[in-house]
Amino acid sequence: MTMMDSKQAKSLMDKVLGFSKAEECEVNLTGSVTGNVRYALNTVTTSGVTEDVTMVVQSAYGKKSGVATINQFDDKSLERAVRTSEELARLSPESEEYMPRLSQQEYLEGKGFVDATAKITAEYRAQAAADSIIPSRKAELTAAGFINDNASFAAMANSKGLFAYYPSTGIDFSTTIRTADGTGSGWASRDFNDVRLLNTADASKVAMDKAVRSAEAKAIEPGKYTVILEPAASVTLINNMAGSMGRRLADEGRSFLSKEGGETKIGEKLFDERVTVYSDPQNADNPYSPWSGDGQAHAKRTWIKDGVVQQLPCSRYWAEQKDYEAIANPGGWIMVGGSESTDELIKGVRRGILVTRTWYIRSVDPQTQLYTGLTRDGTFFVENGEIQYPVKNLRFNESPVIMLNNIEKLGKPVRINGNMVPPMVVRDFTFTSLSDAV
Amino acid sequence: MERRDFLKVTGVGMGTLALPITGNVIAAEQLTLPLELAVKKTLADAALNTATSAGASYADVRVGRYLNQFVVTRENKVQNIVNTESLGVGVRVISDGTWGFAATSGLDADSVNRAAAKAVATAKANSKFQDKPVVLAPVKGVGEVTWKTPIEKNALEVPIADKVDMLLSVNAAAMDAGADFINSILFLVNEQKYFASTDGSYIDQDVHRLWAPFFATAIDKSTGKFKSRQGLSSPVGRGWEYLEGREEDKVKSVTTLYDKSYDMVEDARLAAQQAREKHKAKSVEPGKYDLVLEPSHMWLTIHESVGHPLELDRVLGYEANYAGTSFATIDKWRAGDFKYGSEVVNLVADKTQVGSLGHVAYDDEGVPTGEWDLVRDGTLVNYQAIRDQVHMIDQNQSHGCCYADNWSSVQFQRMPNVSLEPGKEPLTPEEMIKDVEKGIYIVGSGSFSIDQQRYNFQFGGQLFYEIKDGEIAGMLEDVTYQSTTNEFWNSCVAICDERDYRLGGSFFDGKGEPGQVSAVSHGSATTRFNDINVINSSRKI
Repeated sequence: MTMMDSKQAKSLMDKVLGFSKAEECEVNLTGSVTGNVRYALNTVTTSGVTEDVTMVVQSAYGKKSGVATINQFDDKSLERAVRTSEELARLSPESEEYMPRLSQQEYLEGKGFVDATAKITAEYRAQAAADSIIPSRKAELTAAGFINDNASFAAMANSKGLFAYYPSTGIDFSTTIRTADGTGSGWASRDFNDVRLLNTADASKVAMDKAVRSAEAKAIEPGKYTVILEPAASVTLINNMAGSMGRRLADEGRSFLSKEGGETKIGEKLFDERVTVYSDPQNADNPYSPWSGDGQAHAKRTWIKDGVVQQLPCSRYWAEQKDYEAIANPGGWIMVGGSESTDELIKGVRRGILVTRTWYIRSVDPQTQLYTGLTRDGTFFVENGEIQYPVKNLRFNESPVIMLNNIEKLGKPVRINGNMVPPMVVRDFTFTSLSDAV
Repeated sequence: MERRDFLKVTGVGMGTLALPITGNVIAAEQLTLPLELAVKKTLADAALNTATSAGASYADVRVGRYLNQFVVTRENKVQNIVNTESLGVGVRVISDGTWGFAATSGLDADSVNRAAAKAVATAKANSKFQDKPVVLAPVKGVGEVTWKTPIEKNALEVPIADKVDMLLSVNAAAMDAGADFINSILFLVNEQKYFASTDGSYIDQDVHRLWAPFFATAIDKSTGKFKSRQGLSSPVGRGWEYLEGREEDKVKSVTTLYDKSYDMVEDARLAAQQAREKHKAKSVEPGKYDLVLEPSHMWLTIHESVGHPLELDRVLGYEANYAGTSFATIDKWRAGDFKYGSEVVNLVADKTQVGSLGHVAYDDEGVPTGEWDLVRDGTLVNYQAIRDQVHMIDQNQSHGCCYADNWSSVQFQRMPNVSLEPGKEPLTPEEMIKDVEKGIYIVGSGSFSIDQQRYNFQFGGQLFYEIKDGEIAGMLEDVTYQSTTNEFWNSCVAICDERDYRLGGSFFDGKGEPGQVSAVSHGSATTRFNDINVINSSRKI
């Protein structure tokens, strides 16, 4: 049985906990059905379905812990997994950072499961791909894309009485559509928990339009430009920065949030006052698990408010060491914006570059959060509020800290890669070289 | 969104290292017990029969047991010890001219038969929209064969306590030498792969790989700055013997470099000293420099600017939605005179180098592995291609570079080892540097980024030394270089000889949708490129 409901999962995990002789025992159970279809050159290339269920048993004596796993769920196998984890715990070195298991926590209700998504069939996937392929063929364009759906559950139980269960579904779609001569390329992506929100034909139309409009791009001089960043152009830069915002790293002096003398920049204004970032496991557009991997409850939290860093994720170990509040990493974040779409933002730009998405972003200097990467699949020169012509792709070397200080205007946030990001107009974005890539 | 699970090892000097975990967590002693061959053959035959009965014209089955062990430490602490196992069966079929795939973790006949039927049903569903049927290059069945990575000592059999002791010694050496923080990690991989196909092959392979990276950081509290230096080990297709650090495998340069074995303690000590030295290093003056690139750096430049652009699926457009396409188009190859690089540049693909990450006897669709030219005397001569691709470049034999990272993943074209042949004339790195007037000597791999057609790239490194009038003139910081692939390889003027040839590699190279990782090595000797654009990466926030 790949998908279990809360009752089935609890019953199985309680049985495992009943076998335990250790000081502490924790059981994690996950199951999923994932399906995908991949296409390229206007034809389906690969497609498949995978089903998997796993159980992890962790036993601990003091600060010594051991883990074992099984995917066979008869009583004998369950007991053997418990004994193995106990034996391994006794043989393991002490881990100073091991924290006692949590007792039952108060969790918000999970909002991530949609029955329609769990019922996707091979025929649905094939048709969703066809809805992207067939219009592209007709327009003499070349489509490539990927549709990936899943229905899954995660459950956790421990010997201190904690039980948590979270079912979720998701579907991701992305497509890259190119002109037949390879001089133009467009892209679009969508991700939802509810498959009924996905229309691959509509999304493909956006990519087709960008492919045609981006053909025969002109070269411009690299340098500092005002840019209109679509959400897919800024999400990775902001996400990378968010991933570096750990309390421990900041305290240790090896983060962009560290200061000379061992202090941190928490409470300081680091960004434009319009920058506010929060997370909410129950957000209707972007829900995530109401509990973290170590059983902490996720709540709505504001990380950056009016440009000021408010708080940072902090492990239970580090929180205990420093007498802080333990704060789990969120499952997704939301950057507050305005009400305008990307098209409406373009109308207000006198001279700038519209960036559809950015690509191959890598850290150059973690001290300043400097990243390099390139524009891709639709880069356009904008003048007097209108797209004038396509430009060749550009390499940038830029820090999201600088980018979020140079904001001119924010648009309406949209979901992208599990986060909510507004399109934004940013001045003085640093491009360092041209690329011939299409 | 990426649905794969990740183990996040936070706190490493360069940020967060996300490790792909595709399996379950298991006890250490279970790592060394393989599945019985007869069980695998029974499951494979069941799946092949079901698939062909359901209408498949071709089917292959991979019964896989994928084992990982990760030991993660920082300073004087063990942070995590994880053993993972992923066990299951993947069935791939061609039905109605279309690929279909299904996988199951159930190791019983019912589960496997259901997966085979589902794979055929998926192929049939998709065949409605397929305008060109799959064409497979022929492969002769090899019957029942076995192969194992030629290791001296299975790293999975080494007691955990020995591994912990080793890493804590590494950390202590770094802390004694001036590091404020160090994270050191051991990654051990064992793929027990059983492949069977309707061509009549039953291939059992036992593949071992190992990587021992570390990240040392030195902080200057007075300025609030931190500097890091990563280890210079190479991920390898070797056993525990790689970590013996034999003296004969050491190469003395601005720092100690390593060949067939690695002294992790020594490297950590040197890394701490060098991270501290970076705080006082001169910030580079941007401009044109001759670059002298050491093999511990070269591998990544080869990987990104040669390995990826010559993957035939990219060239043809099959990766257009994710990794991208390639500047090295079919028309350039057909012309027969496309100068990928200068005359001294010879780039070779292989799956056979002993100690390399790509070394196997058969690929994941049962094709015997070998070696072939990609670029000869600077001219593009071939690509990397598998069974359903080679007919597109007028060839009828697969190159044997098909791979899946798990039983639950579909196999597809992955990069073999791609290496730069050493120079034919005797030349040492010291002699090469003596000839450089204004240059930079770069050791170790760092930041890397390249566009989706592999034209424009930017690379960093671990250690940078100014070369002035043939002499090393001190350490530099804030160095990154930018170029385009074709211009860069055509500016290659000299390659040291085979005495300096060493392998580097990538343990977690990503490609495909859903994303899959693979491991691949790249060999080279120290190589010189003239007049390359260097930019200064320092900023103020």
